[in-house]
Amino acid sequence: MHDTSAISVSGLTRRFAGTSAAALDGVDLEVATGTIHGVLGLSGAGKSTLLRCIARLERPDAGEIRIAGSDWTSLSDAELRRERGKMGIVFQQLHLLASRTVAANVALPLELHGTPRLAIVSRVAELLEWFGIADKAMQFPAQLSGGQRQRVALARALATAPRVLLADEPTSALDPETRASVLNTLNRIRDRLGVSVLIITHDLRSTAGICDSVTILDAGRVVETGPAFQVLRHPSNDVTRRLLAYTESPSVKEAIPQHLHFEEVARP
Amino acid sequence: MTNVTPALLAATLETLIMVAVSLSFCVVFGLTLGAWLAISSPQGIAPSRSVHQLLAAFANISRSIPFLVLIVLLLPFTRFLVGTSIGTAAAIVPLIVGGTPYAARLVEAALLDVDPGLIQAVVTLGASPAQAVWKVYFPEAIPGLIRAFTVLAITMINFSAMAGAVGGGGLGDLAIRYGYQRFRLDVLVLCCVILIVLVQAIQFGGNSLARRLDRR
Repeated sequence: MHDTSAISVSGLTRRFAGTSAAALDGVDLEVATGTIHGVLGLSGAGKSTLLRCIARLERPDAGEIRIAGSDWTSLSDAELRRERGKMGIVFQQLHLLASRTVAANVALPLELHGTPRLAIVSRVAELLEWFGIADKAMQFPAQLSGGQRQRVALARALATAPRVLLADEPTSALDPETRASVLNTLNRIRDRLGVSVLIITHDLRSTAGICDSVTILDAGRVVETGPAFQVLRHPSNDVTRRLLAYTESPSVKEAIPQHLHFEEVARP
Repeated sequence: MTNVTPALLAATLETLIMVAVSLSFCVVFGLTLGAWLAISSPQGIAPSRSVHQLLAAFANISRSIPFLVLIVLLLPFTRFLVGTSIGTAAAIVPLIVGGTPYAARLVEAALLDVDPGLIQAVVTLGASPAQAVWKVYFPEAIPGLIRAFTVLAITMINFSAMAGAVGGGGLGDLAIRYGYQRFRLDVLVLCCVILIVLVQAIQFGGNSLARRLDRR
């Protein structure tokens, strides 16, 4: 049923002890292979819990999560560790290892998966070249700019050639130039590497710019989902309209041409 | 007045040997026990209430016993291990037993200082708990661990002086034999000066090394 989906989530429910309302309440989500999907919502909508459940940092109370065809909810710990190579994650705080050089940071997931040393060296060189940070290979994260650190985190997330990339607020707290660069990179990752991307964000500007489809989350439930163009231009739900109104971004009319602009940049 | 220089040199060497040997063992045992304490704690990578409580109880009980009492308590064990209960070798046994729980708690604190988000990020990259310890906890906590072992080394110097009181050799032993029993205030003061210099040097060396290896 979900064979063409990179990520398929159905009936995902997560409750926390001591709270009456569910953080996630029967969430369904489909990310088609080779697309960028945005999950949008205001604070407390359940975006972070959704990301943590999909990344299996938390075990959902109910529901199913399929990543590139395999059911992540039924895997044992050892199986899950092996499967994790199929999914790369870029966290909002990036979480690079301060004690490791740029090259060693990118090599880490390969080391964890037991990749032979020679293969690690060539893969790391290839990734650093692709992300334009080959000259930073022997520097430490503290010596890099915010944009360079972001690229190291992306390179590390893609080291095992995953099918899926999760990006948690990839554009928050970035200056406009760096934000544009990150969005452009995500576009390239989809178009040239064929990686499916799930972006969790409240930043409508980036969502309108690069997402093929979006899901609007509110109080742990999906209130609207569909092609980005349609949902953002013709919102059918009050929450989406409120989100559009609250977001410090250009109007949807301005955002749509931005979408085209980014596609042009990404597809020479 | 007898020339005490050879005795002072010998005692200093004994202190250094006692501290170096016991510290080495405490570092190894402390890293092992401290890592288990950290990963089994509620904010660790493999939380386990029972494992954590068992290890914490061991660390706390050992630290509850005053070191001087611990030396006496361990006399049969020490005699069994090294064949004697007097001298530098005999003093090393209670130093290791007394220092290990301190080391474990210091290591645990240093490891739990590593950003939990970083540990979770590495878990999503496919790290097992053992890989997380070796590739993230230890390397990321190196500055904190060096500061912890600096504190531990200074504690071991204090402990070694106490071991001297019961025939363990070293500067503490010399200070008591000459300064207390023979009223040689000069020897007592010299022993104190050497101990102060040792502690200052260790603290300075530890701080410098931790600063140099801190990549944050």
